[in-house]
Amino acid sequence: MRKNLSEKFPILSKAPTGIEGLDQITGGGLPAGRPTLVCGTAGCGKTMLAMEFLVRGATQFGEPGVFMMFEENAAELTANVRSLGFDLDKLAAQKKIVLDYVHIERSEIEETGEYDLEGLFIRLAHAIDSIGAKRVVLDTVEALFAGIQNHAVLRAELRRLFRWLKDRGMTAIITGEKGEGNAITRYGLEEYVADCVIILDQRIQEQISTRRLRILKYRGTAHGMNEYPFLISARGFSVLPITSLQLDHKVSMQRVPTGIPRLDDMLGGQGVFRGSSVLVSGSSGTGKSSVAAKFVETACQRGERALFFAYEESTAQIVRNMRSIGIKFEPWVKKGLLEIHSSRPTLQGLEQHLVMMHDVVRAFRPSVVAVDPISNLTMAYEDAEVKPTLMRLIDFLKKEQITAVFTSLTDGGDSMSAPEDSQLGVSSLMDTWLLLRNVEFTGERNRTIFVRKSRGMSHSNQVREFILSDKGIDLVDVYLGDDRVLTGSARVAQEAQERAVSTLRGQDHQRKLRQLASKRKAIEAQIAALQAEAVAETEEVHFAIAQETLQEKTTHQNTDAMAQQRGSSTRTNGGAHEKQ
Amino acid sequence: MRAPELSTTPGKASALPAFQLRLYVAGQTTRSLAAFANLQRICETHLAGQYCIDVIDLTKTPQLAAGDQILAIPTLVRRLPEPIKKIIGDLSNEERVLVGLDLQPAKAGAS
Repeated sequence: MRKNLSEKFPILSKAPTGIEGLDQITGGGLPAGRPTLVCGTAGCGKTMLAMEFLVRGATQFGEPGVFMMFEENAAELTANVRSLGFDLDKLAAQKKIVLDYVHIERSEIEETGEYDLEGLFIRLAHAIDSIGAKRVVLDTVEALFAGIQNHAVLRAELRRLFRWLKDRGMTAIITGEKGEGNAITRYGLEEYVADCVIILDQRIQEQISTRRLRILKYRGTAHGMNEYPFLISARGFSVLPITSLQLDHKVSMQRVPTGIPRLDDMLGGQGVFRGSSVLVSGSSGTGKSSVAAKFVETACQRGERALFFAYEESTAQIVRNMRSIGIKFEPWVKKGLLEIHSSRPTLQGLEQHLVMMHDVVRAFRPSVVAVDPISNLTMAYEDAEVKPTLMRLIDFLKKEQITAVFTSLTDGGDSMSAPEDSQLGVSSLMDTWLLLRNVEFTGERNRTIFVRKSRGMSHSNQVREFILSDKGIDLVDVYLGDDRVLTGSARVAQEAQERAVSTLRGQDHQRKLRQLASKRKAIEAQIAALQAEAVAETEEVHFAIAQETLQEKTTHQNTDAMAQQRGSSTRTNGGAHEKQ
Repeated sequence: MRAPELSTTPGKASALPAFQLRLYVAGQTTRSLAAFANLQRICETHLAGQYCIDVIDLTKTPQLAAGDQILAIPTLVRRLPEPIKKIIGDLSNEERVLVGLDLQPAKAGAS
């Protein structure tokens, strides 16, 4: 404290708690060298918070601590926190932690005359000095109010105690039971501890309890004002959000194929962005899980790790069912590339679930995570609670550059209703949204798929038929025509009909062509005949002309001869006459 | 005040006095001194020869505070006869001290 004061006077120095999330919302920890009041109802985790603060301080930040408890004894507490993995006996042996159980039995005590609580100070001072403690926890100091009749003395002494802790530079947590009504604590401890007040709360909704933490005040520093869900797991206390409060995750230009080539085509030809979140929604039986499973399998085929959270089916059931559409999970599970976690989300609180998922993701480090379905989370909780929880999960996955596929069951699902409406809450968190629908027509239900949105890439506006078979998943163009969309056997029938019609039409054409050809041939023949005729006529005309010319010539010659003969003799005349 | 020790054992009738009392104090404050004076007076009046008093100064031996679960100063602990009784305060109210020690105000005492 002595040097702390001079060194760190300008900025309020903070003592990190080492508790996940708490240091983030407090901007670094609890006020160093000052007491912090942690209050809440019974069983909401005050002791756990205080204990973790102390243990982490002793083990991670080199600040030994004193835990002075007024309700449980040391053995009970040691046993209780062992479930969090804290070995208090060992820490005590290493002189990192001192546990001191202060107990007053009212029935044993008679009060007469003046007194003070110097004994408590002496004990605390002794404990602090024995290990050079920097942190102190007084776990429900209010228990003293039951043991000591003279509350005026007690209050004065508590005030002196908190002052004394401050003077000694102890970063302290004082726990207090929540009072009735609006009272923060039952005995008004907040009056004495004014630097930082944290309120813990446990509430039950829909038979599932969640715990919340709120920083009521933190003098001299900015802090998160909201209520943050927290939980106590095997790794200790964690306050959500675990992720950062800002949207500042890196983005990747890398694309991840979905494993369904034609779906990739619809998504700009390459699939979704790495680290993005994909929502696959649809009513039951539209093939949501299959899309998710295919995605996961494809990741494994690329040699990447994948996690599959199944909230509807057991692991064995998934493996069996996916085999029917040609997706084989066993080899990847055996290779260690795939982990399937099946559970019912109703088993635990939502936050508990989230932290469980975080743990698994951290441990396994996958590149693809599938959650099938998130709507099972909504079933058990109010939508209003699911959204922030999902947001945290998505943020977390984004930060880790993990591509996530969430399936979601919608209420409607026929083309009649608008199933997307039931998803408005979560869809805004998603980067890509695939909508699967059932189309019922001519006594069949068929699946269709379309890309409702896909941020940052060109994507198809088309509806495709979505076919699940033992060969796997395929997308087929639907039949569009006559103002309707046909799928399934109606599409096949329509296509067959089309084919028949076109065959018929083709034959007709050929017949017509043939007719035309023969007609042409006939005409050509006619033309040839006419041409021959013309040639013949021409020849005839030429002949006649030649004949006439010859005749004329001959006549000329005869005339000449006659003239010659008339001119010289008359004999020639007789001759000419004979010739004619 | 004297150092912690067997301060008063006037009665030599028995090796172990029936009443073993321990007075926890923190330094020689007026309250501590008053408590000790009051205690001695009451014991002499009501328990002559049957008691011994240990005075423990916690400023010198702080580690002893936990054993008897001492918070308030001064605290008088009746270690014997059982059950353990505690009286906190400067013992100025004789009647309450006697109640605390399970002694009848009517001078009954042990024979």
